[in-house]
Amino acid sequence: MKIAEALEVFSQTHPGMVRSHNEDSVACEPSCGLVVLADGMGGYNAGEVASGIAVSVVVTEVSHSLQNASPVERGEREGEDLGVSLLRGNIQKANASIFHAAQSQPQYAGMGTTIVSGLFYDDRVAVGHVGDSRMYRLRGEVLELITRDHSLLQEQIDCGMISVEDARLSKNKNLVTRAVGIDTDLEPEIHVHDVMVGDLYLLCSDGLNDMVEDDDIQSTVYALQNNLPLAAEQLIQMANDNGGRDNVSVILVKIKGKFAAPRGWLAKMLAWFEK
Amino acid sequence: MAAKLILSMDGAVIKEYPLVKERMTIGRKEHNDIAIDNLAVSGEHAAIVTILHDSFLEDLDSTNGLEVNGKPTKKHFLQNNDVIEIGKYKLKYVNDQITQTTPADFEKTMVMRAPVKQAAPAQGASKPSATQGLMNSKTGSKPAIEEAADKTGRFEAQKPPVPPQPTASAKTAQPAVPQGGASKQVAVVQVLTGANAGKELELVKNLTTLGKPGTQVAVLTRRPNGYFITHVEGQTFPLVNGKELSNQAHQLNEHDVIELAGVKMEFYYKG
Repeated sequence: MKIAEALEVFSQTHPGMVRSHNEDSVACEPSCGLVVLADGMGGYNAGEVASGIAVSVVVTEVSHSLQNASPVERGEREGEDLGVSLLRGNIQKANASIFHAAQSQPQYAGMGTTIVSGLFYDDRVAVGHVGDSRMYRLRGEVLELITRDHSLLQEQIDCGMISVEDARLSKNKNLVTRAVGIDTDLEPEIHVHDVMVGDLYLLCSDGLNDMVEDDDIQSTVYALQNNLPLAAEQLIQMANDNGGRDNVSVILVKIKGKFAAPRGWLAKMLAWFEK
Repeated sequence: MAAKLILSMDGAVIKEYPLVKERMTIGRKEHNDIAIDNLAVSGEHAAIVTILHDSFLEDLDSTNGLEVNGKPTKKHFLQNNDVIEIGKYKLKYVNDQITQTTPADFEKTMVMRAPVKQAAPAQGASKPSATQGLMNSKTGSKPAIEEAADKTGRFEAQKPPVPPQPTASAKTAQPAVPQGGASKQVAVVQVLTGANAGKELELVKNLTTLGKPGTQVAVLTRRPNGYFITHVEGQTFPLVNGKELSNQAHQLNEHDVIELAGVKMEFYYKG
């Protein structure tokens, strides 16, 4: 099955109930199985600029590179797919452009953004993220967080200082320990997960998971998984009903069929000769 | 700005201590940041570790122990207005800084640097612009806390997690969300026709689905201003009081009759 037919993708973003600006950016490129969400930060409108640059660099560059290549080809690093290399390379490229813009234009000084991106290929998904934007996976009835926030709170949870339940009471939310565009070097966190037919993937900015409990996210995506626009609307509505203190963005990706990369003898032979 | 402890005995305030240091100790001996000269207080009785806006209280194996809000505790994640009791003394924890910041500043995401080596050459000069939104990491002091946390596992949860409430600053910008009213009253759907006639379904969750997956499904959602029904899937749309729903959510009123997949149900509030 072609990737565009195997995936159903829906995205929605909302400024929330308090903020006047929406500093989140989302983009989807179903033809190459790519979804990207970024949550910008910085004064005036710099946050929007940063998240906008991040999303457009990653989407444009990755989809351009995949026009003449397959994500299963060999990547930059040992034992790594091209898909993984492309995600990493282009998040780093976005980092450089944002950093450069922040350096050269005083009104953008200090801007940065989180990012979470998924590249679906060959019955897998490569997930690249930086900061506290998240990806969840609903498989069967179980909703699982498959990214780990780069945040102070997560570090405190990891070292046992604070329990997951107490973390909700912390006043140190929204302090990220890694972000795109604030330094010359950046190492995005990238993992590859197997994908199964029926899975539902949710990418979201912290405006969702800070306002809505994971249990409520689970019951919503589970109940509404056959109607993605309604699921997205319901998630955003719940965040806003609970106060909507931040911008809220969601991308939903439903796996409708298998999308294994072609592996005929000819393809294998060609790949062998290329090595 | 900083959180503080207000020391009192028998209702009379003795002194206020702003929590300006990352670790402050409470004890009988003079070298403590908060020294209480009373024999019921151990030499080094307790410590308070503050990381940015969060403060954690821990008992330093004191003879007479600690109570927070009347409960004996070894470790506690302090919340605004918590009262720590040591013998006859009370220390009230006040951390109301959120009400003092403007909504615009509140909860903006900020970047924290990974622990910066003090000896490293001043990188700041090369990127002055980047430092604006940054905060210096205080994670360097973690080992002490980690060690303490290892002893007793993790910090005990004293309160059940509370759902996020709009805080004072959120209210100023967005006063229109009624928290009470209809949402606190439990609504019920009672089946009127078919094999399950007479059965009641309490709508205790924020989201309840009705119908058969693949055929016709609708969802009932609980919101601050009441209950809503929305069509989810299927060719036919549910009827409310004989009228077909559109794609939009429809608010339910007392004694509305829902018809879905050939079954009639009545919606009403219990109580």
